[in-house]
Amino acid sequence: MEMCAQPPLDGAKKTMHQIACHECDLVHSIPPMPTRAAACCVRCGAVLFRNKPDSIDRTLAWTIAGLVLYCVAVTFPFLAMKSGSIVQKTSLLSGVRNLYQQDETILAILVLLTCILIPLIQMLGLLYVFIPMKLNFRVKYAVPAFRLFQHVKPWSMMEIYMLGILIAMVKLGKMATIVPGLAVIAFGLLIFVLNFAITAVDTHMVWERLGSES
Amino acid sequence: MNEALSSARQLGLVSCHDCHLLSRMPKVTGHPVVSCPRCGGVLHQRKPNSIMRTWALVLTGMIFYVPANVLPMTITSAIGSTQADTIMSGVIYFMHHGSWEIALVIFTASIFVPFLKFVILIYLLLSVQFKSIKRPKDRTLLYRITEAVGRWSMVDIYVVTILIALVKLGFLANIEAGPAAIYFAAMVAITMIAAESFDPRLIWDALEEQHE
Ligand SMILES: [Zn+2]
Repeated sequence: MEMCAQPPLDGAKKTMHQIACHECDLVHSIPPMPTRAAACCVRCGAVLFRNKPDSIDRTLAWTIAGLVLYCVAVTFPFLAMKSGSIVQKTSLLSGVRNLYQQDETILAILVLLTCILIPLIQMLGLLYVFIPMKLNFRVKYAVPAFRLFQHVKPWSMMEIYMLGILIAMVKLGKMATIVPGLAVIAFGLLIFVLNFAITAVDTHMVWERLGSES
Repeated sequence: MNEALSSARQLGLVSCHDCHLLSRMPKVTGHPVVSCPRCGGVLHQRKPNSIMRTWALVLTGMIFYVPANVLPMTITSAIGSTQADTIMSGVIYFMHHGSWEIALVIFTASIFVPFLKFVILIYLLLSVQFKSIKRPKDRTLLYRITEAVGRWSMVDIYVVTILIALVKLGFLANIEAGPAAIYFAAMVAITMIAAESFDPRLIWDALEEQHE
């Protein structure tokens, strides 16, 4: 469990900001928080606010690292299956194409969206919002871009796909040798790196900056 | 009641769902669209029609749960023979081949978690509709868990897609997705939207109405 400092409830000074718990609607006044501390709802325990240091730099660094890994994960061979003299290779994209060619259009779209496009949208969305903040200029549509980033999050399912790979390897391991490719390693690292990027985002700070621009 | 321990709704405030800015809810009649002064998102004190939407989605998900479990998930054809596997027969296959951990993972993610999600969401819906004031904190925790674990049910679909990509004609065997795959994927997506459309703040509203 993480440490949760409970915000004081009385008195709303200028330095405090008011926030309603998104899970139980209780209004809290949050004082300036020490670095990395989180304020939790006194009634239901939900995290209300977390002080994240160097949010812009850390988010940008992890996102750029993520994009590099993403390029490797998408282009390099993913898994190879050897059975006797036959070698069957697949990459993330060729797997989707296979599904499409076998008339599994819906499954092809599902994998394409949840494991390939949505993670990319998340990273591009972060760059689109954070690069202008870092370099102090404005872009149009930063608000809808950040809103999109927030809304697609539950539909990014790379870690679940990774578990699927492990299960498929066990299942096929009985009849053939499965050799994981470079892309699987990049994909596995990307799961962590993208997660670090998202954790580094200080949502509160982003909305304050975007709000003061308009 | 002490102002410090009030909900935004009691104070006539509304919290933006997207940017969490607290603003004053204008006192207007009818159902005008009120947007957030900071991010422009549409403001609602509670998610609109939360209970009815969640009910509709939960019931639809439950209907899809049946073909997802009864129909075959994969159809494997080797020289001259075809074999259709449901989710449960896949679980049994792994159990008999010594991979009970994998059997447990698939059973939990594909059969148990969706079932548990239906039970929890129906319980939460009924508790809100009957204005229960019992253990709101525990019910909020149940909601948080339901919202977080639902996505993991998708794992079996991914296993099927990876098998299709790897096992092809070259191996004298062919794996195809069965009709259950679509029902299953739809069921997982629908229950995810169902959890998202439930508003946990409704759990706490009954308590506040008691105090008033
Ligand atoms: Zn709360």
